[in-house]
Amino acid sequence: MSLEFLFASGIGVLAAGGFWLILRARTFDVILGLTLLSYAVNLFLFAAGRLAPGRTPLLKEGVAPLLANHADPLPQALVLTAIVISMAMTAVLLVMAVQARVANATDHIDGREPNA
Amino acid sequence: MSGMAPHIAVLPVVVPLLAGATLVVLHRSPLAYRRALSLFATLVLGLVVLGLGLAVEHQGLVVYQVGNWPSFAGIVLLADRLAVLMLGLMVLLALASQLFASGGEDARGAHFHALFQFQLMGLCGAFLTHDLFNLFVFFEVLLAASYGLLLHGQGGERLRQGLHYVVLNLVASALFLFAVGVLYSVLGTLNMADLATRIAVLPEAQRPLVEAGGWLLLIVFALKAALLPLYFWLPRTYAAASAPAAILFAIMTKLGVYAVIRVYGLLFGPDAGALAGFVQPLLFWAGAGTATLAALGALASPTLRGLLGYLVVGSAGVLFMAIGLGTDVALAAGLYYLVHSTLAAAAFFLLGDWVRRHRDGGDALGRVAAMARPAWLGGFFILLAMAAAGLPPFGGFLGKSLLLAYAVPEGATVVLWGVVLGTSLLNLLALARAGSRLFWQAPAVVTARSAAPLPPLPGLGERLAMLILAFGLVVTTVMASDVTRYVAGSAAQLSEPATYRQAVLGRDPLPTTVPR
Repeated sequence: MSLEFLFASGIGVLAAGGFWLILRARTFDVILGLTLLSYAVNLFLFAAGRLAPGRTPLLKEGVAPLLANHADPLPQALVLTAIVISMAMTAVLLVMAVQARVANATDHIDGREPNA
Repeated sequence: MSGMAPHIAVLPVVVPLLAGATLVVLHRSPLAYRRALSLFATLVLGLVVLGLGLAVEHQGLVVYQVGNWPSFAGIVLLADRLAVLMLGLMVLLALASQLFASGGEDARGAHFHALFQFQLMGLCGAFLTHDLFNLFVFFEVLLAASYGLLLHGQGGERLRQGLHYVVLNLVASALFLFAVGVLYSVLGTLNMADLATRIAVLPEAQRPLVEAGGWLLLIVFALKAALLPLYFWLPRTYAAASAPAAILFAIMTKLGVYAVIRVYGLLFGPDAGALAGFVQPLLFWAGAGTATLAALGALASPTLRGLLGYLVVGSAGVLFMAIGLGTDVALAAGLYYLVHSTLAAAAFFLLGDWVRRHRDGGDALGRVAAMARPAWLGGFFILLAMAAAGLPPFGGFLGKSLLLAYAVPEGATVVLWGVVLGTSLLNLLALARAGSRLFWQAPAVVTARSAAPLPPLPGLGERLAMLILAFGLVVTTVMASDVTRYVAGSAAQLSEPATYRQAVLGRDPLPTTVPR
């Protein structure tokens, strides 16, 4: 099994699990789902620069400064930004979920139990 | 000032950022100071946008390379006439929103003005950025601020709608990043001009991936702009938001429309080979469906603010039809309609708040209570209803008739005429129904409204806010020929993506004065 296949199916499993959890009706499940989805996104962005084992991320003496010899630095910067943003958003969402739990006395995503 | 002149394109991002950061630090200072500072910052922003607009008129496209990096490696901001138009509209709405909030909404939490400025920063950045990843970042900035504004002075209902809004937008952000990843992995850049160059010479084998990325992006923008299958969140969220937040949200929906015009016009424009305009047929039909369903939703809406939410959705639908036609004239008519419908919706949200305060039953469209001060509130209501439904003499009428008169598409004429005229009629009916319920139908058993003291008249700030929006409406109507000339110029500028590529990629960094 190739590295690409493993990596791609990992992303697929994470995204599928994330979407399944987002479709559930409890805030905690939804937040977990969004977290899984953001992991999938981050790995996907990382792979957008091609999976290339053995290439250095930094310029080295004696190696021509070409993309063919080095890992693509841009996706790494994008992933870093995406991680920061998704972490902050998860924090905001957690606060809102706790507040909604207190205000509505339920953790249902609609703020009320379906049969109540 | 001459030293600042080359930097004018980045100032719309910097001014609100500085103001917002200062306001966070000063959150314990008296509210009057914060109000003054925030208002001052917005006025400065207005001047900056004016200067930027003059620069755009003077030079065509204003390109700014952040940090003086060359375009292919750095972050590029670009201002054209469309961006300036949106920025100007945003400043007008921001002033109105801020003045209205000074009527008491901003006293409910410590950070209203800081959030407000950050939201402006996100909007400005999204209007000016010329690369996809920064578009994502600025979307996140403005969304993060909008979560705060939506939940500001929160109640249970706002929290409930807020949760839906946040989760939906976070999923959309994830999709945005997937799209960015797909496009980068195939094309190796995220700069829009660079992307357009590479899409034009795309090998056949890689086209499906780029197309998939394009569709993914469309889902994200359609969610922001409330296009057909993705508009369900909007009416309830807007109905739950406070009036100042709802005014700003009125321009956030248009940001989705703007992003579609910008990204698809530039990346998949006329010279994109097999991918040229591949989303446009769908946009037309989805827009037609959105406008129709929104008109029905407006007719069925149980509250005035819910009805207004559907009007916003409907106007986005008409805009997408205009974009979907894919001609300059249609786009220009759509842009004119965009300006007018956004102003009308914002003014209506203000009036909705006044109505809510003057009636025991709030803005519910049932026979619940009589209205206090029916004469002048009702007078405003009739005028704004005429503006929002697109009756003459207001500009909405002009926008729609421009669209119908000049944008004659092959084979879609029946749909265009039918949908635009039919939805106008339905919107008119919905507004007439709302008006007669609110102002004419007192409950069968008259409650003792007269015994209760009249609510205080709207304060000076709120009246000024309404005045600003009314001024905007009157100007777009009276000076319609100037406005249409401007939007026609914007559309003409957009129809030549090659000039954008030339301006962005052909620009060398400024000579540096730093000694090496």
